Amino acid sequence: MSAALAYWQVGESVSLREAFGRALLHAAAEREDFVLFDADIAGGTGAKPFAEKFPSRVMQFGIAEQNMMAAAGGCADTGLIPVVSTFAAFGMMRAHEQFRTAIAYPKRNVKLFCSHLGLDTGPDGATAQMLEDIAVARSIPNIAIVVPADANEFMKAFAAIMDHRGPVYARIGRSPAPVICDAQHRFAIGKATRLREGADVTIIGTGVMVARALDAAASLAASGIAARVINLSTIKPLDADEIRAAARETGAILTAEDHNVHGGMGSAVAEFVVEHCPVPMKIIGVADRFGKSGEPAELARLYGLTSERIAAEARALLTRKTCANAA
Amino acid sequence: MTGQTALKSRESTAPSIAELAAQARAIRKHTLAMIHAARSGHPGGALSAADILAVLYFDLLRLRPGEPRWNDRDRFILSKGHACPALYAALAMRGYFALAQLAGLRKIDHFLEGHPDIKIPGIDAPSGSLGMGLSQGLGMALGARHLKKDFRTYVVLGDGDMQEGNTWEAIMAAGFHRLGNLVAILDANELQGDARVAQQMDYFPVREKLEAFRWSVTELDGHDIGALRQALAMAASSRDAKPSFILAHTIKGKGVSFMEGQQYWHGSVTMKDEELSKALAELDRT
Repeated sequence: MSAALAYWQVGESVSLREAFGRALLHAAAEREDFVLFDADIAGGTGAKPFAEKFPSRVMQFGIAEQNMMAAAGGCADTGLIPVVSTFAAFGMMRAHEQFRTAIAYPKRNVKLFCSHLGLDTGPDGATAQMLEDIAVARSIPNIAIVVPADANEFMKAFAAIMDHRGPVYARIGRSPAPVICDAQHRFAIGKATRLREGADVTIIGTGVMVARALDAAASLAASGIAARVINLSTIKPLDADEIRAAARETGAILTAEDHNVHGGMGSAVAEFVVEHCPVPMKIIGVADRFGKSGEPAELARLYGLTSERIAAEARALLTRKTCANAA
Repeated sequence: MTGQTALKSRESTAPSIAELAAQARAIRKHTLAMIHAARSGHPGGALSAADILAVLYFDLLRLRPGEPRWNDRDRFILSKGHACPALYAALAMRGYFALAQLAGLRKIDHFLEGHPDIKIPGIDAPSGSLGMGLSQGLGMALGARHLKKDFRTYVVLGDGDMQEGNTWEAIMAAGFHRLGNLVAILDANELQGDARVAQQMDYFPVREKLEAFRWSVTELDGHDIGALRQALAMAASSRDAKPSFILAHTIKGKGVSFMEGQQYWHGSVTMKDEELSKALAELDRT
């Protein structure tokens, strides 16, 4: 009999790395079938409390992520579930081909959890700020891509990911992020969550941008604009029904992500929308640039990832929606 | 247990050297016929690995061809995936699928992919992009140790694998983790895609590097079936905490005079009808 999962209070500020550590410890008591694959970075990804408590369930690779990734593929063949954790630059970029060929192609049951995503990474600067991982991950068949919006959603997602049979890429934000989902939140791989109803425009956020999308919707409401807000916490497979409904019922879609505007969540939504339910869209993200050092909030202002920017772009999008209707 | 006594204990059921040589010859003949029928493929490196595969598949590996995913089987990974026609031939000869299927290699409506795919019965790991085979084997060996299973993992590497950084990461990790249940066999034919290894990127000496990374190294002629058998039996019965590395010196295109040591036959090649007949006739005479 294990302890019930402990969640955080809505409004608290919690790093998803802390949630990852808590989820691992909880799961360790529940199931014997997984091992942690680490490349000298458990302290950075949040896995350290687990690694310290269960050293026999840690496979250590030193700083050699390509070997770690391909070995995870091989290890999955024995029936164990490798939980691989590192920074996104190393897990999804350096070891990309190992993930593709040794894990995704043979559909091996490996779970890759990467931290240090986007500008949220902060002062470490451009080399650590992964702004390309969704783009490269999205082009690989057979995998699911999960981006929890906060610590509570992460806890739910972790359980679903471990129960899912097949390779999963999941993203762990580095910096403390506001808790927006309560303990009753339901998470399923492939299902988006509608956090706010609205008929004028839809704002789809992922990761740290979901909380900012909610703030933007609140400020839009003050000026009489009803924005629907969707948390798209699975980028692959895409929740087609929810996106189609957003296009049909609100007629305009704005996406927001802490990632390059090319190839990310906005691109995934746009690919679907343009083919199935074309409506005016705006993709907010980092405008095809590298990051730089600074605090996450400062970087968000410098690169235009704030709730104010989302609200302003939503207003601009509404004028395009009107034009589209008139034409 | 020494290699000699390990051999002796299995003498009643073990095939003779002549029988293994006959299996290697059959692997070579199937391989050439497959590549000829496919009109593409890599004969040189498949022929150089044929004796190694014959000893593994007909003498050493603990397998259940009727139950390809049997969890306690020995694992085998052909890291130099382009040599897979020889592996597919060995699998068909062991009964994983019908020999007639070999003619489907590289065809659109057939399961025998141009490089190993785990959907093929008997294939334990995808390969074809060099440098990832030893890491996957390392993962299997780590998993076996964690689960307290006694199967062993065998990985055949090629010259190109030894130039990939990923392979050296795996060599470092296997020595560090003292994985006595992992065996690597290097099919060192010393000719790679465009030129000789010595010209492109000489990775020798091997023994000194591997020993420095805490592996136990045996060097032999990769076409000497007796020597291969003894070295593999020793590796298979080793209770040593070191992973085993068998440095097998081989000849690219071995068994076919006009292919031996010839760059052209690395591949991927379209083999003419008369080339196939000449090669098969030569193999029949050996």
